[in-house]
Amino acid sequence: MIAMLRLEKRRNVSRAWAVTTPLIAVFLTMLFGGIMFGLLLDEFASAFSAIKLIFWDPLFDESFASYARPQLLVKAGPIILIAIGLSIGFKAGIWNIGAEGQYILGAIFGASVALSFYPQESIFIFPIMVLAGAVGGFIWGLIPALLKVYFKTNEILVSLMLVYVAENILASVSQGLLRNPDGMGFPGSRNFKDYPSAFNEEIIINSGMHWGVITAFISVILAYFLFLKHQKGYEIRISGEAPKAAYFAGINPSKTIIFCLGTSGLLAGMAGLFEVAGPAGQITISFNSGYGFTAIIVAFLGRLNPIGILLAGLLMALTYIGGEIAQLMLGLPGASIQLLQGMLLFFLLATDIFTNYRLKFRSL
Amino acid sequence: MAEVLLQLNGISKSFPGVKANENISFEINSGEIHALLGENGAGKSTLVKMIYGLMQPDSGNMKLGSENFRPSEPSKARQSGIAMVFQHFSLFDALNVAENIALGMENPPKINDLSQKIETVSKSYGLPLDPKRLVGQLSAGERQRVEIIRCLLQNPKLLIMDEPTSVLTPNEVTTLFETLLRLKKEGKSILYISHKLEEIREICDFATILRNGEKVGSCTPKNTSAKKIGEMMVGKSFSSPSRKNRTFGEELIKVSNLSVHSKDFFGTSLSNINFSVRVGEILGIGGVAGNGQDEFLGALSGETKTSPKTITLLDQHIGHLRPNQRRELGLRAAPEERLGHAAAPAMSLVENTLMTSHSKDVIDKWGIINFKNISTKTSRIVSEFDVRTPTLDNTAASLSGGNLQKFVIGREILEKPKVFVVNQPTWGVDAAAAAFIRQSILNLASQQSAVIVISQDLDELFEICDTFAVLTNGYMSRIYELGHLSSEDVGLLMGGSDLDLDSHAQT
Repeated sequence: MIAMLRLEKRRNVSRAWAVTTPLIAVFLTMLFGGIMFGLLLDEFASAFSAIKLIFWDPLFDESFASYARPQLLVKAGPIILIAIGLSIGFKAGIWNIGAEGQYILGAIFGASVALSFYPQESIFIFPIMVLAGAVGGFIWGLIPALLKVYFKTNEILVSLMLVYVAENILASVSQGLLRNPDGMGFPGSRNFKDYPSAFNEEIIINSGMHWGVITAFISVILAYFLFLKHQKGYEIRISGEAPKAAYFAGINPSKTIIFCLGTSGLLAGMAGLFEVAGPAGQITISFNSGYGFTAIIVAFLGRLNPIGILLAGLLMALTYIGGEIAQLMLGLPGASIQLLQGMLLFFLLATDIFTNYRLKFRSL
Repeated sequence: MAEVLLQLNGISKSFPGVKANENISFEINSGEIHALLGENGAGKSTLVKMIYGLMQPDSGNMKLGSENFRPSEPSKARQSGIAMVFQHFSLFDALNVAENIALGMENPPKINDLSQKIETVSKSYGLPLDPKRLVGQLSAGERQRVEIIRCLLQNPKLLIMDEPTSVLTPNEVTTLFETLLRLKKEGKSILYISHKLEEIREICDFATILRNGEKVGSCTPKNTSAKKIGEMMVGKSFSSPSRKNRTFGEELIKVSNLSVHSKDFFGTSLSNINFSVRVGEILGIGGVAGNGQDEFLGALSGETKTSPKTITLLDQHIGHLRPNQRRELGLRAAPEERLGHAAAPAMSLVENTLMTSHSKDVIDKWGIINFKNISTKTSRIVSEFDVRTPTLDNTAASLSGGNLQKFVIGREILEKPKVFVVNQPTWGVDAAAAAFIRQSILNLASQQSAVIVISQDLDELFEICDTFAVLTNGYMSRIYELGHLSSEDVGLLMGGSDLDLDSHAQT
């Protein structure tokens, strides 16, 4: 008799596993990440300290926490905001891969509005900037949506290519249209730190909490409500689950496409605005830092669930900050941190199988 | 006495929570057509899957001839001389017949040699088939021939056929039976799975009857009444639907010049369909699947839009309206494909109820869903239509076919539609559930509604319908009063000919 392991489909998805698998994935990442660091550093004693530097010290070590704790919210805010938007589309089977471009356009729109008011001061300027940022991202998200609705183009390709278009627009405006006239010819716009009405200031000093973080938290709550109680959330879910059934129910697929890409563009645009007006401070050629792509991973890491995305966003931000610290303190290569983030996604997807399948021994 | 070809001894197989087969023993002789009878879920499929090597029994053993037989995979079973024609064909539409057959072979010969072989086999068994035709252009009956010939090329000792007549026209059934009898004469055995009692009585030599995974009896079908066999299958006697005398009232729905171009490459376009249905009338639409039934349902449900005047519901032109708008006006539909079309597989029953509910008490003007009311609605469907489910939060996919079908039909009927269109209401549903569904359709019609039933099951249409038409290749025949039609007439209609009957129901 040979015993064999076999996967067997569960009749109903296991809730317990859905909650525990992310924790197991994090644990496995720490374990194998530790082994990797140990090999890299040729010394397994420091493997533990590398893991501790990444996952623990940014929050709890006195020498790092004062800098790292606020950074956690600063980094997690935009990632969560974008990921919430993406998750809405992903649930409907609409794949917006171009949040990075929508993020850039939001920043450019918002910054342009602010710079056109410069140097007037008014409490209305910042809200108008937020609105402009949302519109910028919305328009950039609408392009793949309309092309998909009217010409059946693939939104994955179109939204992704629009990232490159957006990057070129960014390069162009930071050297031309939006360049700081007092900047001695250097590329980049005026710094909003010097323009109080437009600056996205920390609400509580040294907390990292700015309006973008607040908006991200609100978006988590709204998305949670959308999928829990609202017709639109239901329509989105059924469109992703069974498109034919959704059509039979009377749901207009074009409207769903426009809503999903529009909303995710809008949120990404707002994230871009809050970033340019706050932590980044100005439009520069290299203003975007890949949040739009990281958010894709975070959306899946959080299982497209708003609360999950909130936690995943914080965790991802932690690995960024902890990674920086570990690079600095131990001289680990930057790529090893990316590898660690990749492991996290890998282990999550690998353990994910147990929510839908159970392991069984079978004798032959 | 004929020699025993395959012997099953105490075969048992269980899945989590279910005993699919328990201690089943029977024998199949050489040159015998052996019926395996049972309702859906009785364990027929599991049993044949073990014979064909798709699954292995938990306990018990099989003997093929005098040797122990326990195929670990289908190719082993095929090597031992066992072939199977599945209910759902595994053919590629875009390839021709010979290419499809070659794909399923371990060492396919050159395509020209194979084509020749196919022609020889098809001729000698009376199964005409052109090896160069695209499978996508074949009727269901012809596709089945492809599968049968694929099996015959292996020269099997035992041919397993799973519900082979469910997709055939009466004439095609006759052809199939001739082939089966020819195979029998050659000494080959056939394991014939079905729940249609009449055809089993016609061609099978011996029948084994399963119920709830156990063998409950066996008989010689020719000498046993259909009623008796049916009772063995179901375990109790059930009444056939009672039809009250209904009088037909005003015209509820009128369809004129309905032509739809199918979006699917291998779909069937509808050509110039005209008919109307009156209050209290049940119109049956017969025909083999793939003759435009899906397109027909889509045009009525609103998934395919037409010009406004094509469809008139109570003096209102509705051809341009979407499904939910039509539902509000009282036109409801239940598509054939339960999972993925009529219901979303991974969503709960409550959420599936929401699919076709758009009233204010369920979704308010802000779009907020009232889950309390929708749950109440769901539990009404579950209790009134006898849907067996542990909770209302179970997913649609976790229900058995019959229970899900009762849910899908109940969901629409409880909304008291003025016009109800249903495609294959009892396809793949056990006898008790089928009787229940038919009865609810009859009840709906007697409550001032009109019903259109699209079905391949002619017995079903004869049982519940008042008027009858056939859909063939996208064309609809005239409408006849069912009482005046014989099954030969229906066969002719399905062949595309018009009947010369003056008893035309609606002129």
